[in-house]
Amino acid sequence: MAFEQDLNLEATELRLGLPGTSDQSAEKLASPSNKRALPDVNEESMSRDHNSNVAAAAKNCDQETAPPTKAQVVGWPPIRSYRKNCLQSKKTEAETAGIYVKVSMDGAPYLRKIDLKVYKRYPELLKALEDMFKFKVGEYSEREGYNGSEFVPTYEDKDGDWMLVGDVPWEMFINSCKRLRIMKGSEARGLGCVV
Amino acid sequence: MRRNGAEDMSEDDERQQSPRSDLEFTSNKARYCKATGSASDHPDQVLENVLENVLHFLTSRRDRNSVSLVCKSWYRVEALTRSELFIGNCYAVSPGRATARFTRVRALHLKGKPRFADFNLMPPDWGAHFNPWLLAMAKPYPWLEKVYLKRMSVTNDDLATLAESFSGFKELVLVCCDGFGTNGLASFVSKCRQLRVLDLIESEVIHDGTDWISCFPQGESHLESLIFDCVEWPINFEALERLVARSPLLKKLRLNRYVSIGQLYRLMIQAPQLTHLGTGLFSPLEIAGQGDQELDYGTAFAACRSLVCLSGFREIIPDYLPAIYPVCANLTSLNFSYANINAEQLKPIISKCHKLRVFWVLDSICDEGLQAVAATCKELRELRVFPINAQEDIDSPVSEVGLQAISEGCQKLQSILYFCQRMTNEAVIAMSKNCPDLVVFRLCIMGRHKPDPVTGEPMDDGFGAIVMNCKKLTRLAVSGLLTDKAFEYIGKYGKLVRTLSVAFAGDSDMGLKYVLEGCSQLQKLEIRDSPFGDAALRSGLHHCYYMRFLWMSSCRLTRQGCQEIAHAMPRLVVEVIRSADMEMDDFVETLYMYRSLEGPRIDAPKYVTIL
Repeated sequence: MAFEQDLNLEATELRLGLPGTSDQSAEKLASPSNKRALPDVNEESMSRDHNSNVAAAAKNCDQETAPPTKAQVVGWPPIRSYRKNCLQSKKTEAETAGIYVKVSMDGAPYLRKIDLKVYKRYPELLKALEDMFKFKVGEYSEREGYNGSEFVPTYEDKDGDWMLVGDVPWEMFINSCKRLRIMKGSEARGLGCVV
Repeated sequence: MRRNGAEDMSEDDERQQSPRSDLEFTSNKARYCKATGSASDHPDQVLENVLENVLHFLTSRRDRNSVSLVCKSWYRVEALTRSELFIGNCYAVSPGRATARFTRVRALHLKGKPRFADFNLMPPDWGAHFNPWLLAMAKPYPWLEKVYLKRMSVTNDDLATLAESFSGFKELVLVCCDGFGTNGLASFVSKCRQLRVLDLIESEVIHDGTDWISCFPQGESHLESLIFDCVEWPINFEALERLVARSPLLKKLRLNRYVSIGQLYRLMIQAPQLTHLGTGLFSPLEIAGQGDQELDYGTAFAACRSLVCLSGFREIIPDYLPAIYPVCANLTSLNFSYANINAEQLKPIISKCHKLRVFWVLDSICDEGLQAVAATCKELRELRVFPINAQEDIDSPVSEVGLQAISEGCQKLQSILYFCQRMTNEAVIAMSKNCPDLVVFRLCIMGRHKPDPVTGEPMDDGFGAIVMNCKKLTRLAVSGLLTDKAFEYIGKYGKLVRTLSVAFAGDSDMGLKYVLEGCSQLQKLEIRDSPFGDAALRSGLHHCYYMRFLWMSSCRLTRQGCQEIAHAMPRLVVEVIRSADMEMDDFVETLYMYRSLEGPRIDAPKYVTIL
C-alpha cells in the first residue's frame, strides 16, 4: 500500500479538515450525526471521532474535555428511582447503539470514523463516504461491483476478509463490518471489479 | 375518591383537607356547646335523624371536619355518616382510635412515608405498615369496599387477608407502595370476587414467580380498572387476553412493558370500550423480520372511540406513532414520560391534541417541542416535563424558552412540574402573569445553586412573582440559587401554600422563619441541604400543630435543639433519622416531625430515635 509522497505541507497540516477540504466542508461533516446528537453538541461528538492527534491540535480542544461533573448527590435531582432506572437503560441503549468503524482511504494521511447505525441503507452510507473523502463511486451492480469509479468501498469482515461493500443485506453488513477501506480502483481489480 | 377525568397522579387533592384534621376533637371538647342533656330527648333525636340524612350528602373532608366541631351531637352524627376516611399520616392517629370514632367506613385512604423517601433520603424499613390498620378494620368495617394506600408497606399476607376479611371488597389502589409481590397479588385477585379496581401505580412489586393474571376467577368479571404498568415482570399474556375478553365493564387498562405492540393490538380489539389505555412496550418484542405481518394499529385505535387517556410507550419505535392519530382529537391526557421522542416526532401528534388537559413528557422534545404544545394545547391544565438525563451540569434540552412558550400558549395552566438545567427569572415571572390559575408550581433547576444565567441574579424574583401573582397557589417547589429574600416573598405572599419543597436554598435561619411565620396554611414542609438551624425551627413552633409534617435533612439542626422542641411540644413526634452506619452525633442528619395523638410509635427501626 503505497501512500503518495507529497511535500505539500498543507495536505499534512494538522487540522480538523480533510485532505483537500477547506474549513467550510469540515462543518458539513457534522450532519450525519444529527440523528441522535443535539444540534449544539454536534461539534463535540465529531471532534471526539477524530484521531487524538488531530483533536489535540485542533482549536476546539476545549470541547473535548467535559467540565468536571459535581459529585452525584443522593436523591438529587428528585426523580423517583423507578423512573431513573427506566430512562437509564434507555440512555445506555442510545449511547452504545452506535457501531463505529474506522474508514481509511488510500492516499489519506489519517483515518476517519463513522457510525454505521446512523445510516439505514447503502446509498446513504456511500453518499456520506463520498462527502467525507471527496470521491465518487459508480453504480453498484452485483455482477460488476462499482463500475467506472476511481475508488471502491471495501470492508473487512469478521473473518478478516476484505469484501466489497454492497453484496450482503444491510443488516448483515453492519453487524459484520469491522472496518472500511476505500480502495483505489486499480487495486480493487483483484476483487472482481471491472474498473 | 376515584379521580375522575384525566389521569392525574398529582398529590394535590389536598383541597379536601382542612388545616385541623380529625385530631382536633380531643382538644376542642371544651368548645362544644353544653348538651341539652337531661331535657326530653325526642326533639334531639329527630334533629339527629335529620342531620344524619343531610350529612350523608356531605362528601368534602374539610366540610365534615368543620361539621364535627359544631357540637357533640353533630360530632356524633358526622362520625356515623362518614363513609370515606382519609388519614394523611398513618402515624397521626392509631387504627383503634380511628375505627372507634368512625364506625361505618366503606373506604380508607391512608398515606405513609413522607415524599422525600422516594429519593433514597430515608433508609428502608422505616415503617408505614398497612398491617395494623388491616387487622384493626376487619371487625368494625365488614362492609369495607375500598382501600387507597400511598407510600405504605404492604405484605403478601396483607393482600390475602384483605381479600379474605372483606367479602364485598371492590377497589384497591396502591401508589408508591412496596413490600408485596406477585404471590400476594395472586392471593388477592383469586379471593376478591367483587373486584372492580386493581391499580398498581409506581409501586415496587417483588417477583415471586407467580402467574397472578391467571388467578382472576373464571366467569364474567366486574373489572373496571386494571393498572399494572409498574410491574417489572412478564405476565401471562394469554390469560390477560382471556381476562379482558370476559371483562365487559373494563374501562381502564394500563399494561406493563412486557406487553408488545402486537399483543396490545389483540387486547384493543377485545376492548374498544376502553377510556384509559397504557400501551406497554409499544414496539414489537423482536425486531420485525421479513416474515412479520404488519398489523393495522391505526384501525385498532380508531375503534376505541372513548379513549381519552393514553400512556405507556415504554420502548417506543417512532414509526408506530401514527397509529394513535385517530384518537388524538379526543385525548384529554397523554403521558409520554417514558418515550424518548424528539420535537419532530411529537409535532404531528400534539398538533391534533386540541383537547389535551394533562401532558407528561420527557425533555427530549426540547424547547421546540414545548412550543408545539403551546401552539395547540389551549386547554392544558397540567404539564410535567421530566429529564432524560437526571444529572447536573449538562446541556439543557429545555430551558426558559420552553417555559415562556408554555406560559403564553397555555394560559389555563394549573399545575406544572418542570425539570431543566437553566431558567431565567424573566420566564418565571412571565408564567406568573400569564397563568393566574396556577395551583401547583414546581420548578427543578437541576444544577444546585444555579443563578439566572442571563442576569447572574438569584432566582428570588422569579419565585417571588409566582407567590405574588398566582393567588390560588397551594403547592410550591423551589430551586436554583435562592437567598432569604425568596423566602421572605413566600412568607409574605404565599398565604394559601400548603406544601413547600426546598432544596439547597436560603442563606440563614431567617429564610425558614419567614416561611413558618408567614405561611399560615402550611401543611407539609420538606427541606433538604439548606442552612436552617434550631433557632429558625423554634421560632415557628407555634405553627407546628397545624402542620401534617415537617422534614428537614442535611440542615443545621442539632440534637440538643431537637430535644428542646420535643420537650416543648408534647403532641409532636420528633424523629431523628440517621443513616444506618452513622454514629449518633451532634448534628441531626434528618428530622421528621409530625403531630400525633398517639405519641412515639412502637414500630420504629433502630436508626430512628424518637426524642
